[in-house]
Amino acid sequence: MSVPTDQPAIIERQHFQRLIDALIRKGYRVIGPVVRDGAIVYDELAALDDLPQGWTDEQDGGVYRLKRRADDALFGYAVGPHSWKKFLHPPHLRLWQARRNADGAEFTAETEPPPRFAFIGVRSCELHAIAIQDKVFLQGSYVDPTYQARREQAFIVAVNCGQAGGTCFCVSMNTGPQATFGFDLALTEVIEGDRHYFVAEAGTDRGAELLRELSARQAGDEERRQAAQTVARTAQQMGRTMDTHDIKALLYRNHEHPRWDDVANRCLTCANCTMVCPTCFCTTVEDTTNLTGEHAERWRRWDSCFTLDFSYIHGGSVRVSTKARYRQWMTHKLASWIDQFGTSGCVGCGRCITWCPVGIDITEEVRAIRESEAEQ
Amino acid sequence: MAKRKPKLAVWKFASCDGCQLSLLDCEDELLAVAGAVDIAYFPEASSRMVKGPYDLSLVEGSITTPHDAERIQQVRQSSKHLVTIGACATAGGIQALRNFSDVKEFARIVYARPEYISTLARSTPIAEHVRVDFELRGCPINKHQLLEVINALLHGRKPNTPAHSVCVECKLRGNVCLMVAHGTPCLGPVTHAGCGALCPTYDRGCYGCFGPMETPNTGALNQQLVQLGMTPPEVMRVYRSFNAEAFRKESESHGE
Repeated sequence: MSVPTDQPAIIERQHFQRLIDALIRKGYRVIGPVVRDGAIVYDELAALDDLPQGWTDEQDGGVYRLKRRADDALFGYAVGPHSWKKFLHPPHLRLWQARRNADGAEFTAETEPPPRFAFIGVRSCELHAIAIQDKVFLQGSYVDPTYQARREQAFIVAVNCGQAGGTCFCVSMNTGPQATFGFDLALTEVIEGDRHYFVAEAGTDRGAELLRELSARQAGDEERRQAAQTVARTAQQMGRTMDTHDIKALLYRNHEHPRWDDVANRCLTCANCTMVCPTCFCTTVEDTTNLTGEHAERWRRWDSCFTLDFSYIHGGSVRVSTKARYRQWMTHKLASWIDQFGTSGCVGCGRCITWCPVGIDITEEVRAIRESEAEQ
Repeated sequence: MAKRKPKLAVWKFASCDGCQLSLLDCEDELLAVAGAVDIAYFPEASSRMVKGPYDLSLVEGSITTPHDAERIQQVRQSSKHLVTIGACATAGGIQALRNFSDVKEFARIVYARPEYISTLARSTPIAEHVRVDFELRGCPINKHQLLEVINALLHGRKPNTPAHSVCVECKLRGNVCLMVAHGTPCLGPVTHAGCGALCPTYDRGCYGCFGPMETPNTGALNQQLVQLGMTPPEVMRVYRSFNAEAFRKESESHGE
């Protein structure tokens, strides 16, 4: 029996494959979490067995380890090194090609049809990150056509976190763990005794339609209570916290603070934090030619404010010191982003903490500056 | 009349030939290279030797003998553009390990008649001897980067050879960080990009073949390497390889 779609429904664990099948049938490339090389990354899914069943992660500054869980949860971990930006805002992208001809050159725009993605397992912090990239790529004076084409078609299956990671702080950033917008479907995984099911909530008409196709039955009060409890429990487990009160003014008035020198001693300027950040969006372009000079291409690739080239203008780089580069990144992320886009650039996912090879912790850097003021 | 093709020369100094081989290793693109330039002097590939001057000289190897110190001057004089290729030519190579010891002592132990050996006390990069127009890093160099440099020079543009860390290449490929996820020591954060993160892609920590990145913070990395279980002598040794001279400060800070 089909259910009214504004009501949460139940997808039993043993029927989860139907969700993947339905999305594949609709022509989506289904992307979700998979275990690869000792981490949970985002890649193409064909079957339920591809999901990291029974795995979890332990995360801390500069440390990530996969561990076995006591149960068979499909989504019992926090976010890994990948984010959805690699699909919506690809790391390498050819922008155009040109061929020399009698009149000069003939340009060809890229005409590949954009891939239609369905993302399974998008966390609340990641929905917020996507919303931030929407502001950057879709809501400014210039729309990014690649992002737009991929984003508009993407089908999003969110998952409310059943457990927080060691470097998570979405509660501080007001970005989770409950998915509240930006999804077609949102799932909460519940394992309780012998029962293993998902409470599914539709966020859009196409999400509701999918639920109807799956003939999911309406969730009972107890099942809904269990789901709500799961998310509430996660909110209590945050590995990190950040006091965001007055944070813009705090960082602006501490532009010259000894802590920037301190972090510069530890920072590798390796750019890992910006690469893993789900909101960092900067790119550079590279032109290539073939040996005969008949053919040229322009490529775009992810860039980082931690490189010297990033701020290179006539005469040299603007941000030569590590201090200037770290300060630029953190102040942009937490303060000037608010002026630029009307929102913080940080969603509290913790990736920059975990994937910094030396474990620099953005929450700790903010705390150090804030506490130094309290001492004065 | 057809435009004269630029003349290319490939020179060898103290080296293993691996970087020159990268040019022959271009395979699919080799004919295009031969079509775009006149390979005028390349003894490893052809016995045809056309006299200089040359438009582009690719120089492999370091300077380790008084004879080579003179020869590089002649190469410079006969070359419009001089590009050094590989860790030997750009940093002195593995043979620069002699720079940390007494080479006369080595010669005495190895050779029956050490007085016949005419060698310098230090192995030095080409740029210590003559003006170099561009340095291409790596042990060996990456053939795609070599093609990029030749290509850029032919068309009067700047080569795309970023000086940021190997980490950026790992992340662009979607690699999982070995250091963070496995606890494997890796020089990627302080090493110049260019290899495409070859070793980390195959589950090995970076060996630093491309030398220091633009702003290497080896002090911070070394603390992490020690945390991952390396002893200070081991940390010293990871920097004493193909780019030992370029990483001199790093290895010396960890003592003998």
